[in-house]
Amino acid sequence: MAQKNSKRISIVPFVIVISFFSLIIFSQSIQAQTEQEVFDSVQALIRQAEAADIPPAPVMKLQAVDNPNDKGGAIIVSWDLSVDDAEVKAYQIVRSESKDAGFELIGEAVRGNNTFVDNKVEDGKSYFYRVLSMKTTLEADNTVRAVSSLQATVEPVVSSAQWFYMTRASCLFFVLLISCAIIFYINKAKSGADIYVRKIAGIDAVDEAVGRATEMGRKIFFIPGIQDMNDVQTIAGIAILGRVGQLAAQYETWLEVPVSKSLVMVTARETLKEAYTQVGRPDAFNQNQVHYLTDDQFGYAAAIDGMVVREKPATIFYMGAFFAESLILAETGNAAGAIQIAGTAMPSQLPFFVASCDYTLLGEELFAASAYLSKEPRQLGSLKGQDFGKIIFMAAIIIGVIIETFTNYNVSQYFKVK
Amino acid sequence: MRREIPLIITTVAGLVFAVSYFIPHWPFGEAESIFGDWVAIIQAFAIWLGALNLVKVSLEKIYRKKEDALYAGIIIVCLLLTIAVGFYDGFTGGPQSSFRDTGTSFDWIYRFVYTPLTSTMFAMLAFFVASASYRAFRARNFEATLLLIAGFFVMGGRVPLFHLLLKPFTDVPYFSEFAGWIMAYPLTAGMTAIMIGIALGIMSSSLRIILGIERSHIGGGA
Repeated sequence: MAQKNSKRISIVPFVIVISFFSLIIFSQSIQAQTEQEVFDSVQALIRQAEAADIPPAPVMKLQAVDNPNDKGGAIIVSWDLSVDDAEVKAYQIVRSESKDAGFELIGEAVRGNNTFVDNKVEDGKSYFYRVLSMKTTLEADNTVRAVSSLQATVEPVVSSAQWFYMTRASCLFFVLLISCAIIFYINKAKSGADIYVRKIAGIDAVDEAVGRATEMGRKIFFIPGIQDMNDVQTIAGIAILGRVGQLAAQYETWLEVPVSKSLVMVTARETLKEAYTQVGRPDAFNQNQVHYLTDDQFGYAAAIDGMVVREKPATIFYMGAFFAESLILAETGNAAGAIQIAGTAMPSQLPFFVASCDYTLLGEELFAASAYLSKEPRQLGSLKGQDFGKIIFMAAIIIGVIIETFTNYNVSQYFKVK
Repeated sequence: MRREIPLIITTVAGLVFAVSYFIPHWPFGEAESIFGDWVAIIQAFAIWLGALNLVKVSLEKIYRKKEDALYAGIIIVCLLLTIAVGFYDGFTGGPQSSFRDTGTSFDWIYRFVYTPLTSTMFAMLAFFVASASYRAFRARNFEATLLLIAGFFVMGGRVPLFHLLLKPFTDVPYFSEFAGWIMAYPLTAGMTAIMIGIALGIMSSSLRIILGIERSHIGGGA
């Protein structure tokens, strides 16, 4: 036991010494670590302060040119992004009429953008541009500090109006070609040449539809769409109304035209009055046949739906520009048992009319309908010219597909219209 | 002259618009905005023609005690009430406020009467689409059958159910890929053909109007 106790006593001082030295080493290491951390953080602050003062790299290849194919009053400023684009808050564009002074901020482009269109220039005046790649830092006192580097244009830029859209040259070529063809066929028809026009079922059915209303002793509704007279579809619809009006006058059937635009009301009224006069029935025309409902799309649809359900017309024509209300109208007419003929050049509405109407004039047929119904040679001649245009386009598509598929010539670039 | 003057105006306006598409220089470049302003002004005045016509036709229906006289009465009452509320808000709101400001009675009518009614009409479209689809997809002939098959795949590709049904067999979304192919190629080709036809139709129609061959829109025959 005594031996054991003596051994224990001999270890204690040893442990104490080791603990003491460990404590000293530990405290020193903590001190060193703290000093290192302080040193690092001070270094970081110094670097941050230095970095805050260093502006991002300037933009490269700065250039300013007159905006091509415009009516003047615009200059395009473009540049290659700063290599420090990720740090850039915005690119500031400044402008002056002299090379060295008087620069004013005219706009900003956010990070990643390398173009700015200056729309506030006067044609004929010279302008110098500078672009500043700018970044901001938040100071300790919550103020924002901005630093930037600039790049300047060397040559002055002058804006001017152009006399021709060069990017639309191919379009002009085809317009002139097809217009010439249409005029050629109009003149040919005028000189008495026989013009064959293919049958269009929807237009041929107009007679049948008006006749049906007469036999049933019910009304005909003509809906000219929800666009105003500045839409070519509405004009085409009104042209068809004239022909339908003549038939209705001959058959002594009540034709009603609810409209959604005041100007369409005035025009439709004049057209219908003329149509009744042309077939010798001016007395049968009543101004109230054409009446205004509302400009509102769904209000118009609701009003017509109500009229269709209450009055059960025998025939309904939808001729013009239609949007979401097309199916609401056509399905209600279908449920009322009316024979329906629709025509529109709105591709997204065509499937609805096809599903709900008895006959549908697809796109171009709407514009051909008036000429087709008139049987007038000059008008039929214009349809022939239209067919010539189709042949041109079909040939262009086939040739274009072959060239693009089997060769390396990128011909489509010459036909892109901007 | 009653015919000639509108024809001359139509021809000149039509030519100016056609030329302005290719010539950006003044005055052609400005033509569209100038004519646009004129159209807006004329439309603003013309709205009265429509409103007065609506009142006249509705009053006649009430006077003659027609079948839909009740609806005509509702139109008159709603029209007058809305105008009155608008005027009241306009006069009582002070010079800095508008009758259309949030919180006015007119705004209340807009938000709690007009908007729900419009939404209701729009919502009805869902039912009409269902009934029209049912009719369109009946496989009566070859074209309708083709439409049915295409519709089946496009609808199948647009909903997750079909993808879930294939999930035990494959992770590849065949339905949505096939639907995407139908939309990207056959549909686009068909739509493009229709668009080309429409463009040619507009061109032909415009030429007829500019040359004075088509006169129906100015109240005259061909």
